[in-house]
Amino acid sequence: MSDDVAIRVRGLRKTYGGSVAVAGLDLDVHRGEVFALLGPNGAGKTTTVEILEGYRGRDAGEVRVLDVDPADPTRDWRGRVGIVFQGTGEFDELSVAEVVHHFAGFYRDADDPDKVIERVGLTAKAGARTHTLSGGQKRRLDVALGIVGRPELLFLDEPTTGFDPEARREFWELIRDLAAAGTTIVLTTHYLDEAEALADRVGVIAGGQLVETAAPHQLGNRQEALATVSWRTPDGTLDSAQSAAPTALVAELAARFGGEVPGLTVSRPTLEDIYLTMIGHR
Amino acid sequence: MTTTTKPAQPVTAAPPARRSGPAGLALRQGRLEIRQFLRSRESVVFTLGFPLIMVLIFASIFDGEIAPGVSYTQYFITGMIATGLMTVSFQNLGIWIPIERDRGVLKRYRGTPMPKWVWFAGKVIMVLVTGVATTALLLAVSVTLFDLNLPTNATTWLTFGWVSALGVTACTLCGIAISSLARTSRSGSAVVTPVSLVLQFISGVFFVFTNLPTWMQQVAALFPLKWMCQGLRAVFLPESFGADEPGGSFELTRVALVLGIWCVIGLVLCLTTFRWTTRRDG
Repeated sequence: MSDDVAIRVRGLRKTYGGSVAVAGLDLDVHRGEVFALLGPNGAGKTTTVEILEGYRGRDAGEVRVLDVDPADPTRDWRGRVGIVFQGTGEFDELSVAEVVHHFAGFYRDADDPDKVIERVGLTAKAGARTHTLSGGQKRRLDVALGIVGRPELLFLDEPTTGFDPEARREFWELIRDLAAAGTTIVLTTHYLDEAEALADRVGVIAGGQLVETAAPHQLGNRQEALATVSWRTPDGTLDSAQSAAPTALVAELAARFGGEVPGLTVSRPTLEDIYLTMIGHR
Repeated sequence: MTTTTKPAQPVTAAPPARRSGPAGLALRQGRLEIRQFLRSRESVVFTLGFPLIMVLIFASIFDGEIAPGVSYTQYFITGMIATGLMTVSFQNLGIWIPIERDRGVLKRYRGTPMPKWVWFAGKVIMVLVTGVATTALLLAVSVTLFDLNLPTNATTWLTFGWVSALGVTACTLCGIAISSLARTSRSGSAVVTPVSLVLQFISGVFFVFTNLPTWMQQVAALFPLKWMCQGLRAVFLPESFGADEPGGSFELTRVALVLGIWCVIGLVLCLTTFRWTTRRDG
């Protein structure tokens, strides 16, 4: 494995009883990259990530995470991988500071727990019992526990589910900070805008396979897709045309209408349109 | 959240929390467990208070002698000491571990470089400390209010020590093992409480063991509590009472044997069935 590969997966398979969760998945994540796994519920996202995190076994395939097979995790490897789970681990009777300090003690080269609490914006809540935190604050505590060991690779499973828009923006800033410092980040998300805002590359998972991997703006050849120009005709009905040269079409329309084109819009398929097409919903 | 970026190199200024050695890790874990226990008021009241309240009630209701020189109160107190030891170990672990597992606390520990045994050591330390506390409390009250005689020679103290230690070990292992039966956080107490209550009734805690139907005695003899009670009677009741035991003596060798077998059974069950994640987590 070359030095710039953080995760390499070939032909990963996992079945539960009779149902196939992951069906021959291939995946490469480079070091220092932010990689988003997109996919509907039941597509095999969480199963895949949990196999990569060392929580689940696999039926077949080759998996290397930071050059270690996660089916046989070492203590050293656990120290290099940070995990932010989908559910929240509550430590009812402990305070935020107590939990973060305690977990820091498990790592050889842990970050300063108080600084970590500050980074996730919980300094004001450091003395509060974890069960008194709001949903978003609990999520921040999860992140604090995920990064306190200064991981080389950080897994985030649907990290902003339940966040309000402002909290999401703040969270994105934190992820960008971590990425800027060289942490490799793998996140799963339902939110396309989140993938677009954060990820260097997006992998779309459907039916247990990775159906496409690309930069967000290139997904499904989005940048080459035809633009849709629509306008209102003089008799009031809506007309539209698909065009590879929308500017020329708009100029032509402007000439035809002698100035302002009524109800003019020019649009390209959104990431969501592309995504829904890929997973077979359109 | 702040915009401070993570330094690429470890900062030299603020030395991060140092990872402790194995013993240090275990002690930290034990301290954390005890802190969590002390802060959950219900479990403190229930664990430490229940045997005490039972002794106060029963000793005030029944004051007859069950054998020459042996009051029912003395008999009952030895049973409650055994029950107290079972409560702090078997019952406490069987109820709390499913809750922690359900909340994802165990899964989170598994994601850190913490060696697995450290978590178990933390539980054992908590059980030992609470076991000593509940026993000391019971003894203090019983000696002051109900004329219980403490052992007067080293041999009897030694018996007290090994019967308690072996009993707590068996109950701890069985508590950890039975925690895997509960499917959700709430079912832990539904699984454990009836087992523990039935054992108290058939093992000679509330009733003099030899007054129970023979078949009930035989069932009770399969489980640890009966033998813990019998071993503790050898400590706190006059030697002459041994003749009133079902075997015609306190049968300390058999006490050691049965408790030892339960330690082995519990350990095997722990090693083969313990789960860090819930069933739905896989």
